[in-house]
Amino acid sequence: MTRIDQLAVGVPAIIVSIDRAACGDLVWRRLHEMGFDEGVDIEVLHKAPLGDPIALRVGNTTIALRRAQAALIEADISAVAVREAAE
Amino acid sequence: MTSAVAALVGNPNAGKTSLFNALTGARQKVGNYPGVTVERKVGPLKLPDGRSIEVIDLPGTYSLDPRSPDEAVTRDVVLGRQAGERVPDAIIAVIDATNLRNHLRFVLELKRLGRPMVVALNMIDLAERDGLTIDVDMLSERLGMPVVPTVAVRRRGLDALAAELAPLLDGAAAGEALPPGEIVGLQREARQLAAAVTLGQGVARRATQNIDRVVLHPVAGPVILAAILFMMFQAVFAWAEAPMTWIEDGIAAIQGWTAARLPDGLLLSLVNDGLLAGVGAVVVFLPQILILFAFIIALEQSGYMVRAAFLMDRLMARVGLNGRAFIPLLSSFACAIPGIMAARTIDEPRDRLTTMLIAPLMTCSARLPVYAVIIAAFIPDRPVGGAFNLQGLVLFGLYAFGVLGALAAAFVLRRTVTKGANQTFLMEMPKYQAPALRDFAIGLWQRAGAFLKRAGTLIMAITVILWVLVAFPQAPEGADGATQIEQSFAGRIGHAIEPIFRPIGFNDEIAIALIPGLAAREVAVAALGTVYAIQGDEAEVEQSLVERLRGAWPLPTALAFLAWYVFAPQCLATLAVAKRETNSWRWPIFMFVYLFAMAYVAAGLTFWVSSALL
Ligand SMILES: Nc1nc2c(ncn2[C@@H]2O[C@H](COP(=O)(O)OP(=O)(O)OP(=O)(O)O)[C@@H](O)[C@H]2O)c(=O)[nH]1
Ligand SMILES: [Mg+2]
Repeated sequence: MTRIDQLAVGVPAIIVSIDRAACGDLVWRRLHEMGFDEGVDIEVLHKAPLGDPIALRVGNTTIALRRAQAALIEADISAVAVREAAE
Repeated sequence: MTSAVAALVGNPNAGKTSLFNALTGARQKVGNYPGVTVERKVGPLKLPDGRSIEVIDLPGTYSLDPRSPDEAVTRDVVLGRQAGERVPDAIIAVIDATNLRNHLRFVLELKRLGRPMVVALNMIDLAERDGLTIDVDMLSERLGMPVVPTVAVRRRGLDALAAELAPLLDGAAAGEALPPGEIVGLQREARQLAAAVTLGQGVARRATQNIDRVVLHPVAGPVILAAILFMMFQAVFAWAEAPMTWIEDGIAAIQGWTAARLPDGLLLSLVNDGLLAGVGAVVVFLPQILILFAFIIALEQSGYMVRAAFLMDRLMARVGLNGRAFIPLLSSFACAIPGIMAARTIDEPRDRLTTMLIAPLMTCSARLPVYAVIIAAFIPDRPVGGAFNLQGLVLFGLYAFGVLGALAAAFVLRRTVTKGANQTFLMEMPKYQAPALRDFAIGLWQRAGAFLKRAGTLIMAITVILWVLVAFPQAPEGADGATQIEQSFAGRIGHAIEPIFRPIGFNDEIAIALIPGLAAREVAVAALGTVYAIQGDEAEVEQSLVERLRGAWPLPTALAFLAWYVFAPQCLATLAVAKRETNSWRWPIFMFVYLFAMAYVAAGLTFWVSSALL
């Protein structure tokens, strides 16, 4: 399990959890509206100068968000291999 | 009977406005970033069966549960909560074919309203380019509503869309209204649906990712951003030179023509010193303003704007702002009014207010004439370090000065009057697009039109009034121009307020020009044009304003005047928009006072320091 602010650039992963209590309902909902959800494939594409914010591929879209929010989302790197094997 | 109404609803940047323009022939602003449209707009559409209906373009939103004021507009219209308006008869859900998952989620949410609906599967060209194949029939069947592939920018699929719309308006097709769905459930349903209808899985966004690898590079990215902005301001000076000379020569030729035809007297003075000198002084800047707008429109349409916001977020967070604020602030370089309105897309109210309060510090195009005249008069036109030009550098410095002032103001405001919790930055990055030629041309054309219209109406009217104030009461026969100004109405007013401005190095003429300059910034140039035209004797009339200023002002005064203009709240329209957007006079008054104070201090410091040094 890795917090996605810790993910290296270019490593695909699958979202495992989004900490609703820590996000607050507003941000939690906004994240979901932009495509974040458990089971969605993501990948860090870019980090801004000084490492914040970061740009993520979320499914087919690219979303920019700050590390503070990224830290509330956990993802699994090994799950990608599992999923690919299943397909 | 009132005509039927169809509303365009969808996620930001799906192409709603492009579709609206294509359907109704409107010319609303299109741009490649989320949050271009912030107001509802209505236009007519003729259906194939001959009926005329109304189409409403709405701000993009991710759901009917709005976060920001622009999204609230959409919810209110869709749910019929807008005062004096009924529920739209049909919804046209516009979705981006390359991002079905997220966009279908909103379609599923809208479907639960039970209203007649049709889906415009837009940007199908981009899906095809990415190698995505979408089973349109299956999508339509699974959604239970017609789905029409469209390419809004190429006018593809418009007739089919209109044809599907017609039967919906007869009221029969409405489904069952369900309570709003739970978002996670809708997301999963949308993901399944997207997977089911997507046949060919292509490689998405390869070009975009390649460009981003360069422009979002942690080191190269900021350098490229700075270079783009710097080039923009260099170009404004360098490329506009020739066309500006043509316009100047043209106006001088007209002045010569009237001088030869009209008898020497009041009428000639009104035409030459008032109208032509005043309005001409402003119109000369059309080429520069067009170049500036060309850059801004190209940035907006390419998709780079969100990247810039991304790169700037960290810096803006330092002063308590959101990277998202970069977009309204950059468009404030064109004009603070759309900038202040674009702040609607910022959800946190304190963030939004701060952004609106500092927007006037971004150097708008109306300040350009003022800067340009003073720079041309006082800053030597010589190359610096090979590639650059001193005048361009000073102009860039003034823009930078405004930006730094804005950041400083935001820093203070966020710790005092707009204190509040820190914000999130969450933004979708669009695919890069080559600017659509038509939208680009329309954007420029509208700008040029608005600028010339302002010159021909507001600025012309103020110039004439000013001419009257300067030309009357008339000095006795034989008195020179300077005496005339001194004892005219304007001269007396200028003299009365001059004590306020004397400490910061301003003379009577500047004081006279500042008053009409309050209505609109560029009028100050027109006013100086008029004042100095009347003051000048015959020989001097041939000289341009630049040459006359050079003789009349000491350098510290000129620099103080520039510093004043970086900050001064000289635009009634901006204050009026601030009033409208905040629903009270409190904030515009606050804005005026704090900007005035900043302008006074900046001009004063500039004057004292440069007087001591030079
Ligand atoms: N290739 C392609 N580009 C499109 C199409 N439709 C719109 N665009 C582009 O997509 C971008 C967004 O278009 P807009 O019409 O401003 O989108 P919108 O939905 O009104 O956006 P908001 O007002 O921000 O919600 C612009 O750069 C358009 O040129 C299309 O069918 N194909
Ligand atoms: Mg729009």
